[in-house]
Amino acid sequence: MVRVDGNGGAASLIHVRGLDKKYTRGGEEIHVLQGLNLDVDSGDFVAFMGPSGSGKTTLLNLLGGLDVPSAGTITVAGDEITHMSASKLTGWRARHVGFIFQMYNLIPVLTAFQNVELPLLLTKLSKSERKQHVETALQLVGLGDRMKHYPRQLSGGQEQRVAIARAIVSDPTFLLCDEPTGDLDRKAADEIMDLVGRLVKEYGKTVLMVTHDPAVAQQAQVTLRLEKGSLVGAPEGAAKP
Amino acid sequence: MPIPVIYNLRSVRARWTSAIVAILGIAGTVSVFVAMMSLARGFKMTLVSSGSTQNAMVRRAGSTSEIDGAVSLEQVKVIEDAPGLARSDEGPLLSPEVVVIAAFPLKSSGTDANVQVRGVSPMVLRVRDNVKMVAGRFFQPGLNELVVGSHAATSYRGLDLGDTIKFGGGTWKVVGVFDADGAAFDSEVWADAHVVSQVYHRPENVFQSVTAHLTSPGALDTFKDALTADPRMTVEVDRERDYYDRQSQTLTTLIVVLGTIVAVVMGIGAVFGALNTMYSAVAERSREIATMRALGFGAASVVFSFLIEALLISFLGGLLGCLLVIPLNGLTTGTMNFQTFTYLAFAFRVTPELLLGGIAFALFMGLVGGVPPAIRAARQPVSVALRAL
Ligand SMILES: Nc1ncnc2c1ncn2[C@@H]1O[C@H](COP(=O)(O)OP(=O)(O)OP(=O)(O)O)[C@@H](O)[C@H]1O
Ligand SMILES: [Mg+2]
Repeated sequence: MVRVDGNGGAASLIHVRGLDKKYTRGGEEIHVLQGLNLDVDSGDFVAFMGPSGSGKTTLLNLLGGLDVPSAGTITVAGDEITHMSASKLTGWRARHVGFIFQMYNLIPVLTAFQNVELPLLLTKLSKSERKQHVETALQLVGLGDRMKHYPRQLSGGQEQRVAIARAIVSDPTFLLCDEPTGDLDRKAADEIMDLVGRLVKEYGKTVLMVTHDPAVAQQAQVTLRLEKGSLVGAPEGAAKP
Repeated sequence: MPIPVIYNLRSVRARWTSAIVAILGIAGTVSVFVAMMSLARGFKMTLVSSGSTQNAMVRRAGSTSEIDGAVSLEQVKVIEDAPGLARSDEGPLLSPEVVVIAAFPLKSSGTDANVQVRGVSPMVLRVRDNVKMVAGRFFQPGLNELVVGSHAATSYRGLDLGDTIKFGGGTWKVVGVFDADGAAFDSEVWADAHVVSQVYHRPENVFQSVTAHLTSPGALDTFKDALTADPRMTVEVDRERDYYDRQSQTLTTLIVVLGTIVAVVMGIGAVFGALNTMYSAVAERSREIATMRALGFGAASVVFSFLIEALLISFLGGLLGCLLVIPLNGLTTGTMNFQTFTYLAFAFRVTPELLLGGIAFALFMGLVGGVPPAIRAARQPVSVALRAL
């Protein structure tokens, strides 16, 4: 169950209370997030929408432990991440978060296999175990035959699928996707969304996704809008074209 | 596990034009540094190998070099009886010597260069057992005959076997060539000490130095104590090896100091080259770094990764620098011996230790040039770097 009213129980997987984020730029203060509340349960698939500059990326960065809030708390699976030290937070990210970016962010000098293997280098898995995990993940995204390819030898849709394989290979607690189809054509975008949909339905993944595309948002169980620094539930059917 | 090194290897290869600046800077510095040090090494080895540990050199007390010593015949007699001196059936193994300087034209340029002409005893080859005749024969006592060092024979006009040459008011015949295995003697010309004194109108039976072959290297103290305690003697006794070692000191130190100064100045330039290469690597790859950080690699991993990359680049530079100087090994060059103002031939000695030193110097430059960019890489805020395109 996804809630934005701050009344969710403490048992929810992701538990956000009073989240504030201010940036100062050139002496001017921008109050991007203002007392935002959010509860997400395991297995939920949430889409965030909102105008450009409304703070969607800022919210995902805070949820993923890439940035620290000005005020408020974020608790994930019982761990409050808002007061963790930088190095603890780094370790926490490795265990709990899978990132999927608009620009894929693959390492260009590494093959698909090596890109997907990266998160596993932070685990205690042996080389042969890593190989097995990487192959499973790449097969799941339909790229079992492209393991030795470099990013520049792949199409945008294929690159994003490698990025998804990299995000799920270490079986993180939840996935954060920032406009995962923003750079793809309709067909490739549909393929990516089918894949994300399968991850939720077949593998029970928890997914939080930012998108500008109502057709993409429609795939999610819930669509939330960022307005004036906090989240509001989209009226039923509003996201549907 | 840290960020895999393959990432750095491939990144360097992908951006090799940027790396080449740092590599060439470091290679140039290392090659100049190693070349200077091998020059100093070669010079020192040439002089040091001239002296034997089993030989003692006796000179008048207070003289700084062979040229201004004076040992009389009476004193030579005392030395002949000294304990610790090796003797053979033909008599005691010592060589009272006089040294004069003569100018000969260099084959290469035609200009004159000073050559040390050493008047020696007929016993000299038994005293200096590292010197061997390689052509012709040894001079006959009392005759105007010369034996020339292997380097002198090939370097100067008129010193080939069988040549007749005029100098010092006499006419001399070259009857033999000797080899001293790269020692300073290879640049000398030897003749009978009595003949040299006569031709040069020097007082007969006064020598500049006496080189004595000892029964063993350990016999030096006995030999030395006996001579310095003797009231008839006012002499200084040195191990021959130590004498030549001291002779090499001035120029060796000069080359080493000069080489170090040049290396430091060039090294500063090379470090800036490395800094530049690494800063631009960090700037160009800030989104890759941020991605790694998002995946869970720590700040320390990032620092380590970029240090490895800087070391990799500097190692390549060091390797290239070493490859550039290896052909110098054994290359013969010459210099003035500042003690005697004569020409001395010696070779570059590029030793494995010097090459290792060159590599270590390269890695040091890489480290100095790599630390600040590596720290900058790790300090970049992840969320900001991820937004940058
Ligand atoms: N590091 C920063 N320093 C200052 N201001 C920032 C910084 N990061 C973001 N902002 C500002 O915060 C606001 C929210 O940015 P954010 O990127 O979260 O918006 P967004 O909803 O993701 O927009 P878009 O749909 O264009 O991606 C913007 O006004 C942006 O300019
Ligand atoms: Mg955004």
